[in-house]
Amino acid sequence: MVGIAMPAPDRHVLERRDSIVAALKAIVPGEGVIDALTEMRPYETDALTAYRQMPLVVVLPETVDQVSRILRYCYENDVKVVPRGAGTSLSGGALPLADGVLMSMMKFNRILDIDFPNRAVIAQPGVTNLGITRAVEHEGFYYAPDPSSQIACSIGGNIAENSGGVHCLKYGLTTNNVLGLEMVLITGEVIRLGGKHMEAEGYDLLALMTGSEGLLGVVTEVTVRILQKPETARAALVGFPTSEDGGRCVADIIAAGIIPGGMEMMDGPAIQAAEDYVNAGYPRDAEALLIVELDGPEAEVDFLLARVEEIARANRAGYLRVSTSEEERLVFWAGRKSAFPAVGRISPDYLCMDGTIPRRELPRVLAGMRELSVKHGLRCANVFHAGDGNLHPLILYDANKPGELEAAEAFGADILRLCVAVGGVLTGEHGVGIEKRDLMPEMFSEDDLKQQQRVKCAFDDKHLLNPGKVFPVLHRCADLGMMHVHKGQLAFPDIPRF
Amino acid sequence: MTHSALTPTTAEETRDFLAYAAAEELPVEILGQGSKRALGRPVQTAHVLDLSRLSGVEVYEPAELVLTAKAGTPMAEIEALVAGAGQELSFEPMDFGPLLGEAAGKGTLGGLIGANLAGPRRIKAGAARDHILGLDAVSGRGEIFRSGGRVVKNVTGYDLPRALTGAYGTLAVSTLITLKVNPRAETSASLALNGLSDAAAVAAMCAAMGSSAEVSAAAHLPEGICQRLGVAGEDRPGPVTLLRLEGFGPSVEYRFANLARRLAEFGPAERIGDAASKALWQAVRDVIPFAGSRNPVWRVSLPPASGAELMQRLRSIMPVEGFYDWSGGLLWLQMLDGEVHDVPLRAAIADHGGGHATLIRASAATRAAVPVFQPQPAPLAALSRRLKAQFDPKGILNPGRMVADA
Repeated sequence: MVGIAMPAPDRHVLERRDSIVAALKAIVPGEGVIDALTEMRPYETDALTAYRQMPLVVVLPETVDQVSRILRYCYENDVKVVPRGAGTSLSGGALPLADGVLMSMMKFNRILDIDFPNRAVIAQPGVTNLGITRAVEHEGFYYAPDPSSQIACSIGGNIAENSGGVHCLKYGLTTNNVLGLEMVLITGEVIRLGGKHMEAEGYDLLALMTGSEGLLGVVTEVTVRILQKPETARAALVGFPTSEDGGRCVADIIAAGIIPGGMEMMDGPAIQAAEDYVNAGYPRDAEALLIVELDGPEAEVDFLLARVEEIARANRAGYLRVSTSEEERLVFWAGRKSAFPAVGRISPDYLCMDGTIPRRELPRVLAGMRELSVKHGLRCANVFHAGDGNLHPLILYDANKPGELEAAEAFGADILRLCVAVGGVLTGEHGVGIEKRDLMPEMFSEDDLKQQQRVKCAFDDKHLLNPGKVFPVLHRCADLGMMHVHKGQLAFPDIPRF
Repeated sequence: MTHSALTPTTAEETRDFLAYAAAEELPVEILGQGSKRALGRPVQTAHVLDLSRLSGVEVYEPAELVLTAKAGTPMAEIEALVAGAGQELSFEPMDFGPLLGEAAGKGTLGGLIGANLAGPRRIKAGAARDHILGLDAVSGRGEIFRSGGRVVKNVTGYDLPRALTGAYGTLAVSTLITLKVNPRAETSASLALNGLSDAAAVAAMCAAMGSSAEVSAAAHLPEGICQRLGVAGEDRPGPVTLLRLEGFGPSVEYRFANLARRLAEFGPAERIGDAASKALWQAVRDVIPFAGSRNPVWRVSLPPASGAELMQRLRSIMPVEGFYDWSGGLLWLQMLDGEVHDVPLRAAIADHGGGHATLIRASAATRAAVPVFQPQPAPLAALSRRLKAQFDPKGILNPGRMVADA
């Protein structure tokens, strides 16, 4: 393990391993409990593979009742639990704990209800994101949030991470597309939020659960909104001599009242890497490449593409191509979608960062990254969800060279500090997990973080669910509950007291 | 009871007062302009925290699609500002004034967030909770905290801004709020279908929402209701089913033609032009058909396709009239005998696909006696109480506004 420390394992729990395994086997019969070292190996990491840890034991429940009994047992016996979906987290959200039960939800893999009149699908949490679209596309529907891991990632994991994708600006994040949840608290209590109706009652716990990174409850059922697919989609591929020109073009498109279905930018190094890899016909002499995709009724798409062309030319576009067929549109995207493997080809390892910035700050942040690249002696390629300001710098390094991973992590941390400094945030869609945990104080004050942890206390007063993630310092709930009272100091003496 | 009002002009003054109130355990009612004071259970406290002087837009950047303003900023000011740049709050926040017997056009940004306002565009664009990006707030502990940010895509920490939206000021007092704004549509039109039964209307609305026409609002107004709105004419006595299309001119025309074809089985489509359509939807949004009366009004949120069945059942057990918004997913009900009928109403909702009912208009005495918000199952209610205690351990913020004190 490198830089990030996890809480020290509880020796008393490690010593009780046999009895914990036996208790879990009594709840989940058959092959649902995995305690052999070799068989636990696939669970030792998620997609943040620089970090690995074997769990105490792995359990794969199949029913809500089993989930409830496992959690209640762990609560009563002070055993930590790490929930896991498909294990595609890029921030280490599903990294196991040596003294914790790893609970995989992947046996919850059925779609329970497809309701076209209400435009809703009820699915178990282990169903893949793409699985939902596949189940409804014969009627022309789809599920809008489309993280790039959508073929593998689970809808329960999408809830935990509030996953995005390239279409967020127009269609929203997971939180804007989820209608209801069933979840189990660490105490074993089963709670239902929302449903097929549009607004949940009472406090918006659905909003709290979405993006809570497995720290508040374990999701056992999800109700999502589905949409009718846009009638058509066409894209423009635009090359600019500088990133400033590209950034201004993005701002002008939005100022013209156009919200594209997707708007992606790549910088010079990313363009070269992608072009070497898939030969999509990208202009190699451009410093910034923009893909603007418009979707909707044909008449609208044609009308708006003409406006986008005008705006691009006014911003010194040196290269401009508009897709005339579905094949051509897909070729435009091929380079962008293969950006990560393309970079993987020119470097043994890379680290993918995930800050979000106000769009207007793009030139400043790109310039800052060029300086940081020199400072840390590592190369960096950038892909950018330009529509919503979400930046994915790819830092190239070689793990076999001593010190390079550390340098890459330091480079990444500097990039995220830069994002916060220009008014942005640490993570747009990958989550805090362990990766950005220790950077949280860059963005939040101690009071900010304490109030967030008090939310955790309302759900999980013993800090048993996924501890060590998201928050750099764990405070006991009893300490967080204390109030600093100022009795005797009458700050408002003119106020009548009762 | 004598009211003593405190009118802070900064977040720090707000914090100092709430720290004091927490230490002394003094309950406080949180107010902006008081336009929604009659929503929820009545709050009776000796002290009022009046945020109307914590006012002003701090940053508005049209190209970034964001606006940051202090909580007491009048909505009228914000809406005029963004309209000047060709933008709007796309969740189309309703104005409760006319329905609650207050003047129209009042209300502050803080109140909009506290009540999680939405309008007919809810079915396409979501509610206030879908557009809040970040906030600064003061908890009932008297501590300032910040959450969220000024960018659309942000998963850094729990989503407190959304969770505080719709909490009616019972968790924290927001002082500074950042919202996402959107371009305003260039033009709009409504497709009207005449004479449909409730069941046929809901089927038509669901078919429209399931099409690629990008319908941005879908309402059904039964006969008496549309006469009150003046949409009924001699040749069409009502009922009327309305489907709104918004966007660039050529797109609206194209989608109108497609939608009319798609819904041909429901009868000929009539076109209502931009200006008339806008006026009509504002009346639907603000529940104008039920303004000017004192009869109890309920807002029922339910699965859209269940709307007609539920309405039929309710008509058979209570003297009620109603109309549908959100493609049938929002039912506005007015009780014609002055009674609230909360128990049979909520039982019928549970029997017809679920959902929940909120009592919007009733006397203070009634709102104190009847659960205004949908009662929750015990584990969920307990979780909500624990959450409240983490933000406001002394219970000083708007006590009793959402649920009666235990």
